[in-house]
Amino acid sequence: MRAAANVSERGATVAAAPPRRPGAARRGGLVALALVIVLLPLGFPNAYFYEIAILVALNAIVCVGLNLLIGYAGQISLGHAGFYGLGAYGSVVLAAQHGWPVWASMPAAVLAVGALAFVVGRPTLRLKGHYLAMATLGLGVIVSIVLTNEDRITGGPDGMAVPPLALFGRVLQGEPLWYAITGAALWLAVWLALNLVESPVGRALRALHGSEIAAETVGVDSTRWKLRVFVISALFAAAAGALTAHYAGFVTPGKASFLHSVELVIMVVFGGMASIYGAVVGAAVLTLLPQLLTALKDYEMMVFGAVLIATMIFFPRGIVPTLARLAARARRRGDAR
Amino acid sequence: MKAPLLSVSDLGKAFGGLQAVAGLSFEVPAGCVYSVIGPNGAGKTTLLNLLTGIYRPDRGRIRLAGQDLTGQPTHRFAAAGLARTFQNLQVFFNMSALDNVMTGRHLRERCALLPALLHLPSLARAEARCRAQAIELMQRVGLQAWLDADADAMPYGALKRLEIARALASEPLLLLLDEPAAGLNATEARDIDVLIRELAAAGTTVVLVEHNMRLVMEVSDHVLVLDRGRKLAEGRPDEVARDPRVVEAYLGAEGPAATAATEAAHA
Repeated sequence: MRAAANVSERGATVAAAPPRRPGAARRGGLVALALVIVLLPLGFPNAYFYEIAILVALNAIVCVGLNLLIGYAGQISLGHAGFYGLGAYGSVVLAAQHGWPVWASMPAAVLAVGALAFVVGRPTLRLKGHYLAMATLGLGVIVSIVLTNEDRITGGPDGMAVPPLALFGRVLQGEPLWYAITGAALWLAVWLALNLVESPVGRALRALHGSEIAAETVGVDSTRWKLRVFVISALFAAAAGALTAHYAGFVTPGKASFLHSVELVIMVVFGGMASIYGAVVGAAVLTLLPQLLTALKDYEMMVFGAVLIATMIFFPRGIVPTLARLAARARRRGDAR
Repeated sequence: MKAPLLSVSDLGKAFGGLQAVAGLSFEVPAGCVYSVIGPNGAGKTTLLNLLTGIYRPDRGRIRLAGQDLTGQPTHRFAAAGLARTFQNLQVFFNMSALDNVMTGRHLRERCALLPALLHLPSLARAEARCRAQAIELMQRVGLQAWLDADADAMPYGALKRLEIARALASEPLLLLLDEPAAGLNATEARDIDVLIRELAAAGTTVVLVEHNMRLVMEVSDHVLVLDRGRKLAEGRPDEVARDPRVVEAYLGAEGPAATAATEAAHA
């Protein structure tokens, strides 16, 4: 903090730009997010609103992790729904077929997915751009096919029933309770991601995105950090997947589909690359939008597409970064006056 | 005599049939400004890319401070104490200027996952220190007006300095400057001149690849002249400037003076 104050003193004499105070902005953001999560249910008239909010939170957790990979480190993945699906099925299979308690099967499945991401990521992340996209797409497709075809274990395309999450002999159920669980999980995910990006690790990741060659010349081991952020983002996806399964009480392979992978990437880009809150906003808007558009029936997808196109034209950096930039410009204009 | 900081022996790199660097050997003693010059296509950029591990040599050895780095990835060269700037800027345009310089301290900061994820207090203190050091470096290279700027909002001359600040942030033993004066006006180039002298005086060894002859002649302790991937000449700046082979390589052998000089050299 002292260093930050230092900057603003010197900055004030030589530059018109407002001083950056990462610490204050960070605390403000986390408090605001907590308030939104806590106060939101006051406006919920029925259980359906809880369901949607839970869905938003679960998608947002995946997107916060995926944004670390795509927005910060600049590496694409078109297979993250695969990790999401494996987190879900992994926990369910351990609990339903091997009798694990759910509080143990969930973390076990998440860690197993992390290990898989590590093994798969090692060769894959040597690829760049389109080739990386192809390889991760392949991974997602394989996971999806396995989940659909190995019906003895996974129940096939029909999916399978899921044992509920129980803690201390009490089954956790009911929308308000699950809203609290997923809301807390989302807040935790945002906190972890913010911590990561506002650290030397975050700088190393952004450096990879900015210029991989320059990152290497300042000593960033690009292979290692790409792999690490890939595994971290897979862990976020798997955790959300496992939560989804035990909340919904049922899993189907649809959640692991290529289409879902693409949806996740769209949420990240829509909300804003390299913006943690952007990932949350992107997940929220694109989860809510289809719900709002159902009234349009046949025209739903058309309007959905039009909204995407319009957003990318008017908010080219994604919603949150573009708005933040406009706000900063307005503030600067205010200072100048 | 002290062991050289950088020693290159029999270095070779070919692209297809073109021998870009052919059997090059030289040594850079610690604490000097060592310039590499040569006409276009002489292999200067290839040499720099070999010296930073961006290209893998076909043959030869590269040793830095006694450590054999041949065939290692670029980040290992950095860990051994080497930093560089780029002729075609490689700034992190997705960050603020200050973050660029702070990233330069990557190897000097503890970059571990768990303390970062949990935001441990020790990390916050280290970050504040890192930030203060980065600010100091930006002031040292004359970027005090850009402390709050985003990198993508800075003009070319300032970005050149930003790369130098980022390279210095790693506290390197050896700093490679790839055409630091290219694209700068006369005043800016003179500032770079002063900066290089200050760095050398502070004990940083500098390898300078530069087209600006005035700059090379003024700041160098030693000059290596490349032509078609080979060593054409080396020595003190004034010796090299008088060397007829160097004159020939730069001006061509057509002129009678050059021909006479070449004959004299061969005699």
